[in-house]
Amino acid sequence: MLLIKNGRVLDPASKTDGALDILLDGERISQLAPAGKIAAPPGGEVLDAAGLVVAPGFLDIHVHLREPGQESSETIESGTRSAARGGFTAVCCMPNTRPVNDNAAVTRFILDRAKAAASVRVWPIGAASVGSKGEAIAEIAGMKEAGIVAVSDDGKPIATGKLTRQVMDYCRSLDLPVIEHAEDVSLAAGAVMREGVTSTRLGLSGMPAAAEAVCVARDVQLAELTGARLHIAHLSAKASLEQVRWAKQRGLQVTCEVTPHHFTLIDEDVQYDSRFKMNPPLAAREDREALLAGLADGTVDAIATDHAPHEPALKDVEFDKAPFGILGFETALALALEQLVHTGRLSLMRMVELFTTGPARVLGIQRKLAPGEPADLTIFSTGHAWTYNVNDSPSKSRNSPFDGRTFKGAPMATIVAGRLVYRRK
Amino acid sequence: MTHRFRDLLALEPLSAAELSFLLEQSRPFQEIQRHPLKKLATLRGKTVALAFFENSTRTRISFGAAAARLGADTMNLQAEASSVKKGESLLDTVHTLDAMKPDCLVMRHAASGAPEFVARHLEIPVVNAGDGTHEHPSQGLLDALTIRDRKGRIENLNVTILGDIQHSRVARSNIHLLGKFGCRFTLCGPAMWVPQELEKIGPPGAVIRRTARIDEALDGADVIIVLRVQSERLHEPALPLDDYVLLYQLNAERLRRARKDAIVLHPGPMNRGIEISPEVADGPQSCVLEQVTNGIAVRMAILYLLIGTPAEEAPQTTASSGEQTPAKARESTHASD
Repeated sequence: MLLIKNGRVLDPASKTDGALDILLDGERISQLAPAGKIAAPPGGEVLDAAGLVVAPGFLDIHVHLREPGQESSETIESGTRSAARGGFTAVCCMPNTRPVNDNAAVTRFILDRAKAAASVRVWPIGAASVGSKGEAIAEIAGMKEAGIVAVSDDGKPIATGKLTRQVMDYCRSLDLPVIEHAEDVSLAAGAVMREGVTSTRLGLSGMPAAAEAVCVARDVQLAELTGARLHIAHLSAKASLEQVRWAKQRGLQVTCEVTPHHFTLIDEDVQYDSRFKMNPPLAAREDREALLAGLADGTVDAIATDHAPHEPALKDVEFDKAPFGILGFETALALALEQLVHTGRLSLMRMVELFTTGPARVLGIQRKLAPGEPADLTIFSTGHAWTYNVNDSPSKSRNSPFDGRTFKGAPMATIVAGRLVYRRK
Repeated sequence: MTHRFRDLLALEPLSAAELSFLLEQSRPFQEIQRHPLKKLATLRGKTVALAFFENSTRTRISFGAAAARLGADTMNLQAEASSVKKGESLLDTVHTLDAMKPDCLVMRHAASGAPEFVARHLEIPVVNAGDGTHEHPSQGLLDALTIRDRKGRIENLNVTILGDIQHSRVARSNIHLLGKFGCRFTLCGPAMWVPQELEKIGPPGAVIRRTARIDEALDGADVIIVLRVQSERLHEPALPLDDYVLLYQLNAERLRRARKDAIVLHPGPMNRGIEISPEVADGPQSCVLEQVTNGIAVRMAILYLLIGTPAEEAPQTTASSGEQTPAKARESTHASD
């Protein structure tokens, strides 16, 4: 038994915002009651959350744990420890491992490793096509039976319109969302950042915003054609967001996520420093403004980190040569508070929604605080002052552009299935 | 003014005063090129590492000659014959070179920003001898020196640049240098090689306009910089060479639209008959060979400044400032870090 008392409970599902105590019994929530109404259970633990926010467990639907195959950059063990420090209680890992998670055996391997070593829940995403090569449809039904929660060829788009349509048709029958890394690969070929004045000044090859938006436009049309659930990963461009907005107005089952780095940084922040290199690349100032508006008005469904560790040997190279991607877990909440809440753009409730019920809705699951629900909780401070030092991270990689940044607000405790998996000292 | 050049990575972060100082430093070395005996002992005992990760003949020879005429020894690394081909990382390669204890590293690399990346990891000065499509600082300086010799000034000139500006590190260095002296630029070439973002890359207040019409571009020009058509760029995007010649070759007839005393520069190597007609290349307005000679002078000045002058003994123009700091202060050349 664990009693969490004196916290400010925020639950977007029930629109609760109040001083409540929560009693956890084993892996489930047993009771919620106004502060002070639940007696400390004999022999149980008590966690005093005075001054802190208690929310449903944060869910990150876009992460790379690199296992199997690239364990020198991250493992399920190291990645989920980092996730726990970021306040996440569940993560969805993308299938671009080696081998690719395109069959039930790999899915089961990931889940077995998670069972043995993970700090938080790991929900795998299966490949849409065999080897994510864009040729044949992967064993999606088999993977679903093994435990995947969505499909994606992330790292690249599902190769052709025809295959995307087939995957959508199939996934509709299997009731799985199709997550798209939206990119016209010919428009983006060779590019290492967003095209604009900065790329021109630096002499770095740029991809236009249209590289993303034309793919989103295609997929939205196919979502209408097939009736499938389409989720746009790491949406970065204003034009893409307008496509999603249009789709939602038409009543299509189209959702999207935005990363903390895309709502924080822009292409003008790029120097010859590979910690600022990710795909999609940091976008233009006006794109960021549009993303902030979309996060506020509900067009954006979720914040997802696209946590993409790369070991220093891979990342500490010429900008052109460096792989795309940055760490995400441990700065996500702090950046959301900094950019969205402390600026007055979003209510705290809306921000919590973007980390909880929003991503849950993408996957078609519930996320709420009620008796009988899983005891997954994220407890955070909105005011705790701290400085992010990437060398303190349990991640095996160090590729964060936010190293050394000072924040106001941080995850203070992460509870998964009633177990305290992280507590800030 | 104070000279605090630790590296020479780009012209963009340098002030007009710093650029003037670099040009001033080159003057005595221009003199030396005219002497029968050109070798000095200034850098005797010093070693310059020349690391060319991208093919280059003239820039490498020019830096090599500059080092030799200052009495320095050189170490050569050429990518074709090096461990780079065997998969060694850039950092490992330069750390290996660095362990051989050169006094500075002159490097060319196909990746924009590679010299800056290397400079962050090395103690010795790094000179950018051309990085990707970013900058070619010594070329920008030698062009300015050539313009000043011929026109008597580098201020407030109408400068026309012809060709593939988007992929030209020379054009960027020209814009960053001459733009700080009030020069007005007209960039001319096929639209995909002259994107509108180029209008905004110059120093604050710089006037940069674009046109796809060469006649318009040449009207009133004081200086015409003709860029080399790089055959590897013709495929991306595919552009018919004959079209380029038809629309953009600088020939004698077109040159008449420029000012009578206009001069023509080309960073070389030239494709005669493609971007420039032979009669223009060999004509009285052409400065291409002076550019080559000035290249050695500029590179001597750069090497002398970076490894030959303890900051206290910096040449006359800086001696009065009296606050020389050891040439390790990165801020001056890394304003954009």
